[in-house]
Amino acid sequence: MNSIAETDRFALLGASSQDKSAPILPPLWRGGLAAAAGWAVAASLTWFWPDLTPWARTDLLALLELGVALLLAAVALLGGSRFALIHPYDRWFGALAGILTLWQVLTAKTGLLPLPFFPPPQSILEVYTDDAARLFESVWRSLFLLIPGYAIGGILGFTTGALIGWSKAANYWGHPVLRFVGPLPATAWLPIAFFFFPGSHSASTFLVGLATFFPVAVLTASGVKGVNSAYYDIARTLGGSERFLILKVAVPAALPNVFVGLFMGLGSSFAVLIIAEMMGVKAGLGWYLQWAQGWAAYANLYGALIVMALLFSGLISLLFFVRDRVLAWQKGIVRW
Amino acid sequence: MVTTLDAPAKAGLSIQTRAVGHWFDSKDGRLDVLDDVTIDVEPGEFVALLGPSGCGKSTLLRLIAGLEAPRTGKVGADKIRIVGPDPSRLLVFQDPTLYPWRTVRENVALGLEATGQIKGSQARIDRALDLVGLRDFAGALPNELSGGMAQRAALARVLVNNPRLLLLDEPLGKLDSLTRMTLQAELVKLWKDAGFTALLVTHDVEEALLLAQRILVFSPRPARVVREIRVDAAYPRHRDAPELQGLRREILVSLGHDHEL
Repeated sequence: MNSIAETDRFALLGASSQDKSAPILPPLWRGGLAAAAGWAVAASLTWFWPDLTPWARTDLLALLELGVALLLAAVALLGGSRFALIHPYDRWFGALAGILTLWQVLTAKTGLLPLPFFPPPQSILEVYTDDAARLFESVWRSLFLLIPGYAIGGILGFTTGALIGWSKAANYWGHPVLRFVGPLPATAWLPIAFFFFPGSHSASTFLVGLATFFPVAVLTASGVKGVNSAYYDIARTLGGSERFLILKVAVPAALPNVFVGLFMGLGSSFAVLIIAEMMGVKAGLGWYLQWAQGWAAYANLYGALIVMALLFSGLISLLFFVRDRVLAWQKGIVRW
Repeated sequence: MVTTLDAPAKAGLSIQTRAVGHWFDSKDGRLDVLDDVTIDVEPGEFVALLGPSGCGKSTLLRLIAGLEAPRTGKVGADKIRIVGPDPSRLLVFQDPTLYPWRTVRENVALGLEATGQIKGSQARIDRALDLVGLRDFAGALPNELSGGMAQRAALARVLVNNPRLLLLDEPLGKLDSLTRMTLQAELVKLWKDAGFTALLVTHDVEEALLLAQRILVFSPRPARVVREIRVDAAYPRHRDAPELQGLRREILVSLGHDHEL
């Protein structure tokens, strides 16, 4: 029978893919070795070329660069294929050493780029060593604002969207409101929010929630509306109740859309978060940026921007990780 | 390999339609799809509804499934009026319409889950998978299956519920001809073993002749029954059998295709 032939073919495929024998010597990661050499050059330049005016963390920077060089060399020589995932990024590793060196040469070593607008890398390193406590606190305060607001906005947006997508009455009343109010950027609500809420923290949580709510609601609604009607026919003939149709058909079918909404909501909630922190919260990374600007502490400004980039791209990666788990049945549609 | 599901217990449903008329409201006014359709299907019978594409046969199946109510006339099962869907009357579509987020096994389990019988039904699901030869693909996702395998999974998804009536809406229409032949034979075997009533919508004359005991020929839209043909040949039937060839000619004439190719 047809199906048995298909089974056999699959079994054969499985067997042949397991038969690849491992090479005897661990493969050498040549690109990694080259990048390690680049970092070693960067380290020696930092160490041996004296600064125009001495910076406190030049030695530490050189040591860190040397550390990266040694780490890359170790992975390249001994790592074998265990780190194969990072192997394609060898040119990036090398380029980073080049960028760092170029930046340093233009600033600390020759002073071609003027201070204070162009601080050298060692001064940003100094921010991380000397102002770590304040930065940590800022990160922590930002997350404390962002996560509850995002969670509340996401849950309410999902529920509202599912309702609007499912119920004709909810769609009749809810959809025009979403269409009318949704395009307003959440930051436009800022003056009103700060006026109505008892504190700047609750006002900002509301704004972050609002920024998340609209995209999640709109995309969930359109996801639920777009479900193949045959899926409902199947569930109804099989005896599914309305509850079953919503939870087991509409929601899973709309999930890919929901994640697009969550992604968009996360992006706009970052914007709202930073502005709210600059305008009224007096804490968090947005506040840190403004505080640094007030002191003309440009190194702190860049340092905070790097932290912010790491934090936000980390959060988006986390969201995509969750999405890939939840939507494992789907081949990646939105790539980031 | 083919085993029967536990307790086929109740035999097939009988189906009655009385002067059924149906239409859809469209931008250009009323679109009539069914006109005065009166048919009777005996319990356990295999009946093919044959007619040109888009004539309204599928709508008739939806009315019998209880997914829609007829505008005029009555539709009944075992002489009781049909007012809504019921797991005793199940549909298989041209597209397998498996839920892509569920594995084959979870798709097959859908009906048992919907009616709250999922606990302790694992063996029953296994048997349904065996019945269609998909036991080894229980953990596969629908997008990993070939067209024929997906349609088998869709069959298992209905069979696991022990339906008394199977409504087949061109279920083999999109398959390649070899897979199609295999599944035609399997369908006959499943029907013989399980004892359900089968209503097959098709526009393929040969398929109707191979599978059905009785063929109802429909006119173009709005669909009316224009001819009824009994096929008495014993199963398994062979597509080259001379008696089927004669009937084939007869049906093609009643469909308006009397010219030679």
